[in-house]
Amino acid sequence: MLNCDVVVIGGGPAGLAAAISAKKNGAEVALIEREARLGGILKQCIHDGFGLVRFGEKLSGPEYAERFIDEFKKENITALLLTFVTRIVKKEKGFELTVVNTDGVNQIEAKAVVLATGCRERTAKQVSIHGTRPAGVFTAGTAQHYTNLLGQMPTKKCVILGSGDIGLIMARRLTLEGAKVVGVYEVMPTPSGLTRNIHQCLHDYDIPLYLSHTVTKVFGHDRLTAVEISKVDEKLRPIKGTEEIIECDSLILSVGLIPENEIAEELGVRIDSRTKGPVCDGQLMTSVDGVFSCGNALHVNDLVDYVSESGEEAGKNAAAYADRKRSYAEITLGDNISYLVPQRLELGADNSKTTVYFRSRKVLNGCSLSLKINGEEVFRKKYAFLRPPEMERLVLDFSKYELTESSKIEFSIEEGVK
Amino acid sequence: MKIEKANKELKKLYGSRVRAGVKDGAIVVSGELDNWDDIVNACTICVDKKSGMHVVNDIRFTGGEIPKMREPEEEDKSLDGGEPDVLVIGGGISGASILRELSKWDIEAWLVDKESDLAMQASGRNDGEVHPGVDLGKGTLKQHYVLIGNKMYEKVCRELDVPFERFGQYVGFESKWLRPVLELFALQRRMIGVKDTRVISGEELKKREPNLNEDFGVAIYNPSAGCVCPYGLTIAYAENAVENGAKVFLNTVVRSMKTENGKITEVVTNRGTIRPKLVINAAGVFADDIAQMAGDRFYSIHPRRGTNSITDKKAGRLIHCIASVKTLKKNRTHSKGGGVMRTVHGNLLVGPDAVETYEKENYATNRESIDVVFDKQEKTMPKLSQRDIITYFTGVRSPTFEEDFIIEFGHKVKNLIHCAGIQSPGLTTAPAVALDVEKMAVGYLRQSGEFVARNADFNPIRHAVPTLNEMPDEERNEYIKKNPDYGVMICRCEEISKGEIIDALERPIKVPTLDGIKRRVRPGMGRCQGGFCSPLVSKIIAEHEGVDISRVRKASSRSVVTYGKTKEGAENA
Repeated sequence: MLNCDVVVIGGGPAGLAAAISAKKNGAEVALIEREARLGGILKQCIHDGFGLVRFGEKLSGPEYAERFIDEFKKENITALLLTFVTRIVKKEKGFELTVVNTDGVNQIEAKAVVLATGCRERTAKQVSIHGTRPAGVFTAGTAQHYTNLLGQMPTKKCVILGSGDIGLIMARRLTLEGAKVVGVYEVMPTPSGLTRNIHQCLHDYDIPLYLSHTVTKVFGHDRLTAVEISKVDEKLRPIKGTEEIIECDSLILSVGLIPENEIAEELGVRIDSRTKGPVCDGQLMTSVDGVFSCGNALHVNDLVDYVSESGEEAGKNAAAYADRKRSYAEITLGDNISYLVPQRLELGADNSKTTVYFRSRKVLNGCSLSLKINGEEVFRKKYAFLRPPEMERLVLDFSKYELTESSKIEFSIEEGVK
Repeated sequence: MKIEKANKELKKLYGSRVRAGVKDGAIVVSGELDNWDDIVNACTICVDKKSGMHVVNDIRFTGGEIPKMREPEEEDKSLDGGEPDVLVIGGGISGASILRELSKWDIEAWLVDKESDLAMQASGRNDGEVHPGVDLGKGTLKQHYVLIGNKMYEKVCRELDVPFERFGQYVGFESKWLRPVLELFALQRRMIGVKDTRVISGEELKKREPNLNEDFGVAIYNPSAGCVCPYGLTIAYAENAVENGAKVFLNTVVRSMKTENGKITEVVTNRGTIRPKLVINAAGVFADDIAQMAGDRFYSIHPRRGTNSITDKKAGRLIHCIASVKTLKKNRTHSKGGGVMRTVHGNLLVGPDAVETYEKENYATNRESIDVVFDKQEKTMPKLSQRDIITYFTGVRSPTFEEDFIIEFGHKVKNLIHCAGIQSPGLTTAPAVALDVEKMAVGYLRQSGEFVARNADFNPIRHAVPTLNEMPDEERNEYIKKNPDYGVMICRCEEISKGEIIDALERPIKVPTLDGIKRRVRPGMGRCQGGFCSPLVSKIIAEHEGVDISRVRKASSRSVVTYGKTKEGAENA
């Protein structure tokens, strides 16, 4: 039985940051990682562009991870690698985790838990791809794993469905490896990846991007031989008569990420249907006292820099966690916001520097974010434009307002404000 | 007599394009039609069960091209000159269970299947229900065997170490006033042998299964209904057969046969010519093609597709049974229209539908099938949502036009046993059918002068790969202490360890492919559908088999996953 103050589940960028910050704030920390190496998905992200916000440099994924891993090691934090959490139970005081690794089945006790479990990719079936079931249908992350970690070519000629960032990165990566990327097809009328990736990964390599298109069918019995592409209408339904067959050997999907919250759900953590991550307060504590969430398990971030930031916040607060009676004011969302974190504020906490992350529901030019408390606008920020793929972040001082459990805190985005 | 009536009807519907006649003891329907549903309809019209004859479809289909049977890539002489006592054609549940029962005898029993694994067609693509037989009429082989087969399941699954659950089946009706009619129906079902049939009230159903349709006023309940993993059971049967001395040859297709004096003398495959003493035709949708090769085609198979969806285990927790809704609309299809069932692995399985097709191996799915099934089954279980789907698949059933099994010796060929027309409830009936086919086969061999002794070493017990995630912690701990690979998690969704994957690679019938491993120990069956684990499983297979990762296939030898090293991978190699 291992005893610690804070147990961090997940050794990717969020978990590493959380563990380091919990340790720096005086906690005894143990980090549990399923894989043999720390770094999470960054290990296979060999492209650059990581760390611009945090370090002011363009790093590759492994380089970015290495900075945290070095610090993690310097802090002498216990890391349980190749270790998998099979069960977690909230006890009267703290939590008991059951973990499996090559040593067998063991228990870990901790006063607080940080969930840094990341996210997973939506699959072909989740976006209702029909037809046959051949080899050659990959999610972009799986194709990336084969290419970058195993050094194996998953395709010679492919179609990419979805303009999510990993899809765009893989379009470039596979092109550099000599594969033909016929095109990137996006069901929405606007791209879902970062603008910089559209330019650097598609335009620079003459890879066409087709908006309002989707894959309606897959062909091939053994290996994929072709896909059928259709245009979609404004309700995203395929338009009959617009079908086009494209011969290729792979369909690579970049159709969205879903926060992984199996452990959170086992603990009974309330999940926000908008983020698919836990409902959290400004300290990133979930609806179960002592359980914190960060990184892509909390909500899908656009940049790893923010993943690390939320990890640090969750780690720090987990280290300081003490059992006490808590009360909350809920945050509600008005027009044009697809999600916002945190979803509520804990009234007994220090809310003077609360980091708020949000995304707009659609592309908006000339708009402003408005915060109303009990119907009265207390804050407004103008934006030249807001795009759903790009997450927005700001720090707000909520301590200025007299908040109670019945306070109505509402964020909305107003259009057409010059 | 009946045939004249049928011809009259055919004339009315299709003019002079189609006619029926009796030839060689079969009702042969011939002519030409361009619509497949019309062909099915024409042949169905000619069914005359009392005559004891089967309908043979000789109508030329002009509305499309009937695809040729897909063949494996392999071509060698490894089986050339082989002289097994029995050759079973088809590695589905029928063939595998027959092979296992034959392995009780000291004979050379072989099974060939053209696919890269067992249960790759209908047996791997169905809902896995162990039927109570409540929807079957007396006097059919289906009903005869379903009653025996259902009862055998505990024993068979215990022996073969395969998970099996008797969850029970509810068929719900919204109209409460139907109760007296249903009571009568239940009484009649009990009288014809489906002894567990009973009627329960809507209130009782609500208590037992609160997530089913609240408006169910009354339901038929069969506690004997159960579920099993259909391909898991097929693989288990075949493994036990092999452990007892039988042989299984995958990627082996039967192409033709030679007959002499009413006997099959040669079976030509892609791996050479085999000379069996007895052939058992368990070829599923291709049973009539095999019959044709033997010159013994006295029935036809008309393929019928069905699509099932599987949901996330989170939705699986909503019910603990098999359930379906019955409306008073007349059901013209030969399927109870699908249902919702909890699987032995804790998911929900929703479906199947039933669509006639001329393509025996078209496993493509389409959105309409899923919409149709969900529209209906949302009435069974309103909380059902397409959002919970993690995967879906299509299977093709292999019914005859009589919609009953054919389990008999060849009509013109003596050393051939047909086990054909096997469709729902073919999984339920397989253990019982296998025992009968075993008797027929042994009887035949003895009759033809063979000395057939018991296999003194026969062991009916098979041990499955251990399922670590179902073990109590202490037991799991002991397993890991013995083999640390059991502590290395590869599939996070289904919690499958490296040790279990390596075990799957060391089974009596080894199928070292991504699908082969997935079907044996389940990595990739969960909500991420192999997104995280498939590269890891590829690597484990490659390392275990001592091959490059690019040699690892999804299923068949043609199903390439990766094309070899990347530029950088090659440089670093």
